[in-house]
Amino acid sequence: MSELSQIQVDLNSYSFTGRQSAELPDFSSLTEESKQELRMVGVDVDAVGERAGTFLQFDHSTVHCKSSGKGVEVLGMRQALEKYDGLPEYFWKAMDPEKDDFTRAASREELHGGYFIRTEKGAKVAEPVQTCLLIKGQNVGQNVHNIVVVEEDSEVHIITGCATSHGVTSALHLGISEFYIKKGGKLTFTMVHNWGEDVMVRPRTVGIVEENGVLQNNYVLLKKVRSVQSYPTIYLNGEGAVARFNSVIVTPTGSHVDTGNRIVLNAPNTRGEIISRTITTGGTIVARGEIIGNAVPARGHLECKGLILGGGLIHAIPELQGCVTGVELSHEAAVGKIAQEEIEYLMARGLDEDEATSTIVRGFLNVEIMGLPQELRESIDKTIAELDASDAM
Amino acid sequence: MLQIENLHVSIGEREVLKGINLNIDEGETFILFGPNGSGKTTLLMTLMGFGGYTVTAGKIVFKGVDITEMPTYERARLGIGMSFQRPPTIHGLKTRHLVSMCARGREIDVEGMARTVNFDEFLDRDINSGFSGGEIKRSELLQLMAQNPDLILFDEPESGVDLENMTLIGNTARALLDGASSPMPSTCMRDLRRRNKTSGLIITHTGYILDYVNADRGQVMYNGVLCCDTRPTRPRDILDHIGKYGYKECIRCLN
Ligand SMILES: Nc1ncnc2c1ncn2[C@@H]1O[C@H](COP(=O)(O)OP(=O)(O)OP(=O)(O)O)[C@@H](O)[C@H]1O
Ligand SMILES: [Mg+2]
Repeated sequence: MSELSQIQVDLNSYSFTGRQSAELPDFSSLTEESKQELRMVGVDVDAVGERAGTFLQFDHSTVHCKSSGKGVEVLGMRQALEKYDGLPEYFWKAMDPEKDDFTRAASREELHGGYFIRTEKGAKVAEPVQTCLLIKGQNVGQNVHNIVVVEEDSEVHIITGCATSHGVTSALHLGISEFYIKKGGKLTFTMVHNWGEDVMVRPRTVGIVEENGVLQNNYVLLKKVRSVQSYPTIYLNGEGAVARFNSVIVTPTGSHVDTGNRIVLNAPNTRGEIISRTITTGGTIVARGEIIGNAVPARGHLECKGLILGGGLIHAIPELQGCVTGVELSHEAAVGKIAQEEIEYLMARGLDEDEATSTIVRGFLNVEIMGLPQELRESIDKTIAELDASDAM
Repeated sequence: MLQIENLHVSIGEREVLKGINLNIDEGETFILFGPNGSGKTTLLMTLMGFGGYTVTAGKIVFKGVDITEMPTYERARLGIGMSFQRPPTIHGLKTRHLVSMCARGREIDVEGMARTVNFDEFLDRDINSGFSGGEIKRSELLQLMAQNPDLILFDEPESGVDLENMTLIGNTARALLDGASSPMPSTCMRDLRRRNKTSGLIITHTGYILDYVNADRGQVMYNGVLCCDTRPTRPRDILDHIGKYGYKECIRCLN
């Protein structure tokens, strides 16, 4: 099998039933190890009160769901479907269940949960809402559906961690996500992945942004995973809508990550930007990106930069499609290695080779621009530093 | 402080330095002249230990330690600092962060230091990204201040610098070398005395830097060797001489 061909998933290898967990009213009963797992993907377990809301899914159960009640509602998906009569405006409305094998599987298999997050009109939610979808059992198949509704002129930052527990090597995560950003709404959506080494991940995401709405999407994947394949698509349907994607991806040997973003500029004065920074230390990365310009004036920019450190493969596939006169789309792609000149410059300042390398790598990945809360940034920095030491740079 | 003995250096197949002998004492500043392509930058790069510069014979001794085979970062930690002529841009690395790393754990006032070289507004920019010629010089000096080396290697401090900046750069270089007009008022006496012993090796074509630093000796590099080591070697005299007669005197001297 070539490095670039798709990794096949056998749905029958995973159990989609029988992994129920008891509710977790607070985090005092969690072991230090579990807390650490949650912290790694951005869940602040120590100061839950400083979050606008917290949602936790373990395997097939929603175990914790709370919101401060200030401008934002956070519900488990099953609860939300009950409360809002099946969410007829939102559930499977942006996403077509017939899109591919995984959307079909997700619509057919038992729904395990996921979150429903909705802001109140005009609410500027100051603290992030944090959610975590955790797989705790070997060979568990997790099927979640998430819906985010950002009402008119409101703002929220959602931090989502998706992970497997320590010791779980194999699992399948299916996740449908639908984002609805209404007029003048702003969603910052930060997703941190931290999987076991044989885990298969098949998220499917669609977002619709109305007039002057903004989606800022951040994605961080630094640890080994068998295969991730995802290609979120965002439709900028209202005039002045903006979408920005920042991705930071590292693949150690054995990881196969095929990911990218698609932005469709459907209205005048829309802007789309896709920036990815990828590093392989032996694994395979297919870094995709597509901007489609269907209206004018509209602008899009795509930037894929990859570093190959000690083997591996990066295939950057930036695509631009302009369908009308006057659309402005551009892209920049580069795959290379760390320049010796940069390492020597830092060594001349007294940094040894490892320090110099990790300093350059950290700068290259440039997690800073995501504007993440401090604890999450520190946790990511720590992972990057560890990765340098262990992954043959 | 620095002893270079019979140093031969090749870049690829080509021998660029052909037997350099040079001593620089503690606290002494040495000026290196020479035509384009004669090997001056090569000597500095070799002293810093960069890849691609192969020492085929001879040795370099710094503070009594043979550093000929030492990796670059160990030389830096031992006290050699260099100002780069064309330093690379490192994206995502803030100037502030690099400056504080230069201090290697010593407590320093990055903002205060930056102000003395009029560089505080650049601290949040990626290092060297879009810096102009003069800004590069100030950034390099700032890093050297944080590093506090005992031997400073400076390649053409005046290139690409306007008159006003030349004064700033010249005074800062002087301060780094002799500690008299210290740019860091908080420096304690012990450090001051220590910094009195800072040595320098400066490459210059124009000699503008001589207006600022106390340069003790100089020599001309020509085609990979140093010449006129028997003549009076005051840098000013050499400069005047080159100005009047060009480098052809050196050829005669070598023959
Ligand atoms: N990387 C390289 N590959 C091949 N030749 C090189 C390389 N670097 C330097 N050289 C050659 O070595 C010789 C000495 O170069 P060097 O840069 O040391 O000169 P210089 O005295 O500093 O000159 P200038 O006054 O122009 O800066 C030159 O002929 C140059 O072309
Ligand atoms: Mg030179």
